[in-house]
Amino acid sequence: MLTQRKTLVWLIVIGAILVVWPLVMPRFYVYLTALIMTTGLLVTSLNFALGYGGIFQFHHAVFYGVGAYATGLAIVKLGYSAWVAFLFGPIAAAIVSLIIGVICIRLSKLYFGMLQISLGSLVWAIVYRWYTFTGGDDGIHGIAMPDLLGSYSGAYYFTLIITAASMLVMYLMVKSPFGSVLQGIRDNDVRSQAIGVNVRLHQLIALVIAGFFAGVAGVLFVVVDNSIFPDMMFWTLSMEIVIMALLGGWFTFLGPMLGAAVLVGLRTFVSTYTEYWALILGIILMLVIVFLPDGILGYLIRRFKKSYQRPTISE
Amino acid sequence: MNFIDMICSPGVVCQTLVGLSRTVILFIVASGLSLILGVLRIPNVAHGSLYMIGAFMAFTVSSLFGGGTTGFWAAIIIAPLGVALLSLIVERGLFQFLYEREHLMLLLLTFAFSLVFGDVVKMVWGAEYRTVPMPAMFQGSIPVLGLPFPIYNTFLLVVGPLVAIGLWVLTTRTKIGKISRAAAVDREMVGAVGVNVSWVFAITFIIGCLLAGLGGALVAPIVNVTLGMDHTLIMEAFLIVIMGGLGNIWGALLGALIFGLTQSLGILIWPQFGIVIPYATVVIVLFFRPTGLLKSVW
Repeated sequence: MLTQRKTLVWLIVIGAILVVWPLVMPRFYVYLTALIMTTGLLVTSLNFALGYGGIFQFHHAVFYGVGAYATGLAIVKLGYSAWVAFLFGPIAAAIVSLIIGVICIRLSKLYFGMLQISLGSLVWAIVYRWYTFTGGDDGIHGIAMPDLLGSYSGAYYFTLIITAASMLVMYLMVKSPFGSVLQGIRDNDVRSQAIGVNVRLHQLIALVIAGFFAGVAGVLFVVVDNSIFPDMMFWTLSMEIVIMALLGGWFTFLGPMLGAAVLVGLRTFVSTYTEYWALILGIILMLVIVFLPDGILGYLIRRFKKSYQRPTISE
Repeated sequence: MNFIDMICSPGVVCQTLVGLSRTVILFIVASGLSLILGVLRIPNVAHGSLYMIGAFMAFTVSSLFGGGTTGFWAAIIIAPLGVALLSLIVERGLFQFLYEREHLMLLLLTFAFSLVFGDVVKMVWGAEYRTVPMPAMFQGSIPVLGLPFPIYNTFLLVVGPLVAIGLWVLTTRTKIGKISRAAAVDREMVGAVGVNVSWVFAITFIIGCLLAGLGGALVAPIVNVTLGMDHTLIMEAFLIVIMGGLGNIWGALLGALIFGLTQSLGILIWPQFGIVIPYATVVIVLFFRPTGLLKSVW
């Protein structure tokens, strides 16, 4: 109980800092923070399937990209008003997630991940080649936003509100009976099946939820950056967000957000000094795998909470 | 034009041959990946980087020997060995301690290596395009049904079956091959009968990586050797291995054949979305055969 109250205090403090952030910080840092929240939401949605569902969601960036493209194209090519187009992103991502999920869900673990990568690459290839509609490898830049979101602080507050709301909804889902069943499936799918749980259906619902919130993150990226490009759904980004989840702690709820903050922040500052960001990221990843397999938050929790038991994913 | 004429038209025949020579490269790389997946159970994302390093090493060796024919043959032999040496260091230095980890961790670890290798290549060779000169004996083309077909691609069509036969002999007719196949099924039992499984794994890993380097060295004269050539290839190699059946060499051959042909013919049929066709084929195959076309060792 005490730790929960402590966490709550921390969250209120961080929330208060984030609310006053644009008033005191220069524009660049506000943009960076908005980018971190967007990426963090993406990683949290990935972790909903990966850490809590035990599903090898290897190509999560596809749903991020689909969300961003659905919104961007609806504004630029189909002429919808931005507020309506924002709804298209998550819905399109959830639909694509459902389709890919239905095809992949029969397979387990590594096979699931591989088939998902191939389907995701299919989506990427279509976006990459369809010059007339998606803008091909250049993507589309300078997407017009409504006046309210035109200023950088407007975009920031919109991102903050949507991210916080999405995180809250996902947290409630993790703590709901559905979330408990999902974690039960992760720990032992055979036993879950034996006590009458519909394993595939639960995993499919988890995938659609994860895809939906990845789509929300995609929409936020359009709001923050006003652009869409095919690299958003290339498989290397999918791997990078898995790294973020791992670094922060993939069996914790806030770990992925922390991992995103560390890596996006680090990338921004390191890139000004050196062009070898991938080398540094690779070394960080190796160190994390060897020394911190539960991530930063996982390590801290194990350190300060005696009763902590690391969940294991059934192979 | 009726259908039969279209199938037999020179353009289609030539494109099929081009697809087959692409198949050879894909097969050589994918078979190495499949070998490592089958025996060591490591989904080696760094395999594509080794292919890229093989191509860059081929460039360096070839220019050290002054280009030309000598340079080419030296590159074909030395570059894969260089890649094999690199993989030996990585395997003995790090991987051998981590075999018991989850697949996800191993996959991410190899991804970390691919990131590091990518930047090391950028440091050593720079970000510019490199080309490996085509040796004189392979320059020019031979006419196939009136259309020119490069001699080098014909050479590749010879190399591919040779590698396949070599791998078949290695895995089924030699002691190390038999032991490695046994270790793929039950590594503890193989250890219990007195085999040093750790070194069997190391040798299998090195042979797999050598194949990646060979693929890179072979492809170097016909493409621009550049950063990022690993990203598309590793994806294709993984799809081929999954489509064929994990750990199955013949599966890798079949998968490479399907992928290479759909790729080259796809571009002929539908220029704009040609690259979508091989991916779509993989999806269709896996929809009906979720664990691949041939028997997987997993």
